Amino acid sequence: MDPVAYVILATILFCIGAVGVLVRRNAIVVFMSVEMMLNACNLTFVAFAQMHGNLDGQMIAFFVMIVAAAEVVVGLAIIMTIFRTRRSASIDEPSLLRN
Amino acid sequence: MTFPEIAWVQLTPVIIMLGAAAIGVLVEAFAPRTSRRPIQMFLTFAALIAAFVMVVINAGTFEVIMDGAMAVDGPALFLQGSILLIGMVAALLISERTIDPSGDAFAARASAMPGSLDERQFTARGYFQTEVWPLFMFSVGGMLVFVAANDLLVMFVALEIMSLPLYLLAGMARRRRLLSQEAALKYFVLGAFSSAFFLFGTALLYGYSGTVSFTGIQAHITAQPQMLGLLLAGIAFLVVGLLFKVSAVPFHAWAPDVYQGSPTPITAFMAAAVKVAAFGAMLRVMYVALGGAVWDWRPVFWVIAALTFFVGSIIALAQTDIKRMLAYSSIAHAGFLLLGVASVSREALAATMFYLVTYGLATVGAFGLISLVRNESGEATSLDAWRGIGKKSPAVAGAFSLFLLSFAGIPLTAGFVGKFSIFASAAAAGSVWLVFLAVLASAIAAFFYVRVIVVMYFSEPTEKTADVVMPSWATTGAIVVGVAVTIALGVFPQPVLDLAMSANIFVH
Repeated sequence: MDPVAYVILATILFCIGAVGVLVRRNAIVVFMSVEMMLNACNLTFVAFAQMHGNLDGQMIAFFVMIVAAAEVVVGLAIIMTIFRTRRSASIDEPSLLRN
Repeated sequence: MTFPEIAWVQLTPVIIMLGAAAIGVLVEAFAPRTSRRPIQMFLTFAALIAAFVMVVINAGTFEVIMDGAMAVDGPALFLQGSILLIGMVAALLISERTIDPSGDAFAARASAMPGSLDERQFTARGYFQTEVWPLFMFSVGGMLVFVAANDLLVMFVALEIMSLPLYLLAGMARRRRLLSQEAALKYFVLGAFSSAFFLFGTALLYGYSGTVSFTGIQAHITAQPQMLGLLLAGIAFLVVGLLFKVSAVPFHAWAPDVYQGSPTPITAFMAAAVKVAAFGAMLRVMYVALGGAVWDWRPVFWVIAALTFFVGSIIALAQTDIKRMLAYSSIAHAGFLLLGVASVSREALAATMFYLVTYGLATVGAFGLISLVRNESGEATSLDAWRGIGKKSPAVAGAFSLFLLSFAGIPLTAGFVGKFSIFASAAAAGSVWLVFLAVLASAIAAFFYVRVIVVMYFSEPTEKTADVVMPSWATTGAIVVGVAVTIALGVFPQPVLDLAMSANIFVH
């Protein structure tokens, strides 16, 4: 198995996620894009673990999953309160700040 | 298979802080509503003090623990001590409940919709959101790990433990709740985005060296400089993640909004402690893990440092809101601190740590003062509301002027000593032209600090001028600590400078 292909795939996924965060306007979609970036990191870790022949990368992937789960809890709580207040999950609309 | 030996003694500050936070969560679940607040406050202050005592007892330790995952050395202990001190002062601000007639700085129930019947009832019944305390303790615990992390995985987990509670705390303000919730959303989205960058950098460095431990990466850089592309890309992603946290230009956009929208005690804590923790972690990762590649990353740091202090100082000129102005001022300070990081010397390390302590305690004091200037709708942060405050309350205006002069780096304040030592170490490291630019940026920054002082003293109070509220001993204490440190370390900085100089070696 050649890990390079997996690393390239992970990089593409990471870029799609990053572009998603920057251009999409719905908070939930932005949030999903961040999760995709984290999963791209996981794929990279696992591919490199295969390449180096040690288990560090696979173990790190578990930690990342747990951290991502914690982030989901906090993120959805914040998005939910905003949605309940404004009936919208657009991250452009809340623009009271900046003047 | 061997298991790492757990270094209980060296880990006690972290164990105390995170343990107290976990107990705090249980208190929320089981203690009756009226007794939660005293219990939580007792837990928080006891944990902060106990952890600080353990840091002092551990002073002089110089070893790598937990199979290389964490390092307990001079910089780690110095920064942990600073974070705990700043935490204590910030906790005093959080505990304040006399300056707002309807309660403390936090929403009665963060889950109740702003403007709803629920919210009015909760406020009328005098409910308090005591979850603030365990969240605060978790964040402090994460910071303690963050500055001592000696591998990238521990650093990532600590980064998240530090940040996740702060995202929530940012959204809990009692007044102007929409603004506060918006700040929380912005902080969360950009924070999560930046930690993804940090993680991808970690993944690439793991691919480069086959390990995430700092010593392993360092050894790999010196032994085999192949796959340089992977190394450079890894450093780039990692640094972007860290620069987001310290709000360096061009990754600073979140800072003014979040500082303005968050409850002021949390802004104070965030502005001071997160900066200490993030710079502490950045220093360790750049010096220990990536010290061998210093010629690759240093020019980038020079450019970012210069951009950061210029953009921060220049945009601050145009601000009409005190909290936003202090946010841009903190961006400018991040630029000066980056100058210290890029100098890569023991003197620069000591100077940066000294600067972080003085800046942190002065910042908490300054935000404490901001929380006192109020009108009927809450804090009055527009510059117009501060017109003639000097005539209404000479004490508040005097203390605020002192903090501003310290931020500007006027002699006989701690800010001057900090700036001077950073500039001196940067000049010694050979970047004289950058020091010249930094002095120029300081001059620009001094202009807007002095402008606030002029507004406070040399204009008559108008009908827009806000009132100054008498705080309880808690906020007074926080401000007094800030003033005392700013003057004491400005006039007589040597003991703390010596302490920083004696703690300026990273364990490898």
